Amino acid sequence: MSQIFKQSANAWSKASIFALVFTLLALGWAVMVLQRSDFVTSANQFIAQPVQFSHQHHVGGIGIDCRYCHTSVEVAASAGIPPTKTCINCHSQIWSDSPYLEPVRASFRNDTPLEWVRVHDLPDFVYFNHSIHVAKGVGCETCHGQVDKMPLMLQKASLQMEWCLECHRNPEQFVRPRSEVFTMGYQPASSQAEIGPALVKEYNIAGSSNLTNCSVCHR
Amino acid sequence: MRSSASIRRAALVLAAVAVLAGCRQDMHDTPRYEPFEASTFFADGRASRAYPIGTVARGQLRADDHLYTGRVNGEFAETFPFAVSHAEMARGQQRYNVYCAPCHGQIGDGNGMVVQRGLRQAATYHQDRLRGERIGYFYDVITNGFGAMQGYAEQVPVRDRWLIAAYIRALQLSQHAPLEAVRPGDRPRLDQTPEEQLAPPPTAATGH
Ligand code: HEC
Ligand code: HEC
Ligand code: HEC
Ligand code: HEC
Ligand code: HEC
Ligand code: HEC
Repeated sequence: MSQIFKQSANAWSKASIFALVFTLLALGWAVMVLQRSDFVTSANQFIAQPVQFSHQHHVGGIGIDCRYCHTSVEVAASAGIPPTKTCINCHSQIWSDSPYLEPVRASFRNDTPLEWVRVHDLPDFVYFNHSIHVAKGVGCETCHGQVDKMPLMLQKASLQMEWCLECHRNPEQFVRPRSEVFTMGYQPASSQAEIGPALVKEYNIAGSSNLTNCSVCHR
Repeated sequence: MRSSASIRRAALVLAAVAVLAGCRQDMHDTPRYEPFEASTFFADGRASRAYPIGTVARGQLRADDHLYTGRVNGEFAETFPFAVSHAEMARGQQRYNVYCAPCHGQIGDGNGMVVQRGLRQAATYHQDRLRGERIGYFYDVITNGFGAMQGYAEQVPVRDRWLIAAYIRALQLSQHAPLEAVRPGDRPRLDQTPEEQLAPPPTAATGH
């Protein structure tokens, strides 16, 4: 009776143990990557809006400050989305017969709100507040990216817990002077390693042991 | 034999159910409204409600005419309803640059960026009529608008409107100051080029 397994089977069996471990690792890695991918976090995806509102035109081109439209960002949890009246301040005259703006005019005429589609949406079990971040020198740009280069709004960050924590553990790597919070394309005056810790001290920013406490964000 | 196999299968199904249960989205989207969310409950479809007409929220009674309307006995006020500190003046400047400068320009000449893109010329503050205008009038224009300009009551809170009015006064002075208002030591600098003016004044170099 001949052998069932040839000599070479020894090598194969060793290789297959290897292959099994490797496959499991690769699978684990694939899941990790998928978890953080834009597909799951819905970052970097354009979302159709009732009006093609362009931050590139209004912020980059005309230089309107974020607060002109997002009026509550310094004082409340929500940044606020401008009411139609805010658009009418200018568009009662500018591009006042552009077809792109017909939904805006109809909304103003009929007193019906424009239905913007949310771009950023945290799960409801997470508590987020804009005002504290603005007050402590975290720039819009740090979380939302270069808004002045966006013809349509995009979510730039993953908004996952590890993203929040990366900053809550080391705020000194991200904070900027309060006067620069609304600036796009900000460059620190000297290296961040120098001014970061100084600002954390000046603004009295809580230590990482406080900021990573679960009840800060899950309350 | 058979029963233990089915127990095993049942256990497997249970485990799968337990794992998949984690995929429910209930907690991601709880039945509460977020700011500005659409609502099917209210006829106008808005979850963020306006006050019912004719009601006054606690602490929001607007009894102080001077502060809230810019008028005293029906006439535009000549004075501020509160004392404006230097720090508040700086806030007025900042608010002006956010809400007014897009049209009126940073120095108030009415040539802001939006005017350059085709909006009707916004008024310049540097005209005799507006220099002579009472402070309450500026408050009123910000609140209710004027001609082609819409009001800014929704965007700018009451106190900030007064601070912006104060800053407009400062702007008017900056473009229309008599020579006597400049300290004698600084007067030679008026003839300098902008580059020379930006260089630190000689007094700073000697430490006085
Ligand atoms: C002229 C008014 C205007 C100005 C100025 C403006 N925005 Fe917006 N912004 C809007 C409108 C309208 C929307 C909703 C439509 C959309 O998502 O594109 C919006 C949406 C956003 C969103 C996404 C909201 C969501 O649904 O998640 C972010 C983030 C944002 N703006 C940031 C900024 C920042 C940062 C600035 C300043 C650099 C700024 N905006 C200036 C009008 C404005
Ligand atoms: C402070 C003035 C101002 C405000 C407020 C404003 N816009 Fe505009 N908008 C402009 C100007 C100026 C242009 C022309 C852009 C250019 O010349 O680059 C414009 C252009 C546009 C266009 C046409 C762009 C194109 O390329 O077709 C749309 C659409 C638009 N705005 C929507 C809005 C909406 C929606 C709002 C309210 C959330 C709004 N705007 C608020 C000044 C304003
Ligand atoms: C620390 C990160 C961070 C900073 C800084 C930040 N945002 Fe946001 N922003 C978020 C997150 C997270 C959301 C989603 C909130 C939610 O889903 O409840 C959001 C949502 C928004 C929205 C949608 C409306 C809302 O409030 O839910 C707007 C508009 C906005 N941000 C504008 C701004 C502007 C303007 C600034 C700068 C003054 C700014 N943000 C600074 C993280 C940030
Ligand atoms: C780029 C930096 C940065 C990012 C990203 C960031 N934060 Fe913060 N956060 C801060 C700083 C700085 C503070 C101010 C801490 C203090 O109070 O001194 C803060 C404070 C807070 C507070 C208030 C803390 C308190 O004591 O009440 C909450 C809530 C919060 N962050 C939630 C979030 C959530 C949720 C996210 C992610 C969606 C997030 N933050 C992302 C920097 C950041
Ligand atoms: C800085 C804010 C912050 C802190 C601190 C924080 N979380 Fe979170 N957490 C988040 C955010 C944001 C999410 C939503 C992530 C997402 O949508 O992918 C989240 C999600 C979760 C989830 C649900 C995950 C899921 O996919 O459903 C759990 C569980 C959780 N956090 C537990 C904790 C625990 C335990 C702690 C304390 C050790 C903690 N968190 C501290 C911001 C925070
Ligand atoms: C969207 C552009 C725009 C913005 C923003 C704007 N204005 Fe005006 N403003 C105008 C225009 C246009 C006029 C001229 C109106 C007319 O003559 O019909 C005007 C006129 C005025 C006048 C002169 C009234 C008179 O008696 O002649 C004052 C004062 C004034 N604005 C103050 C302000 C202040 C303060 C702000 C900021 C809170 C502001 N404006 C923001 C466009 C604007």
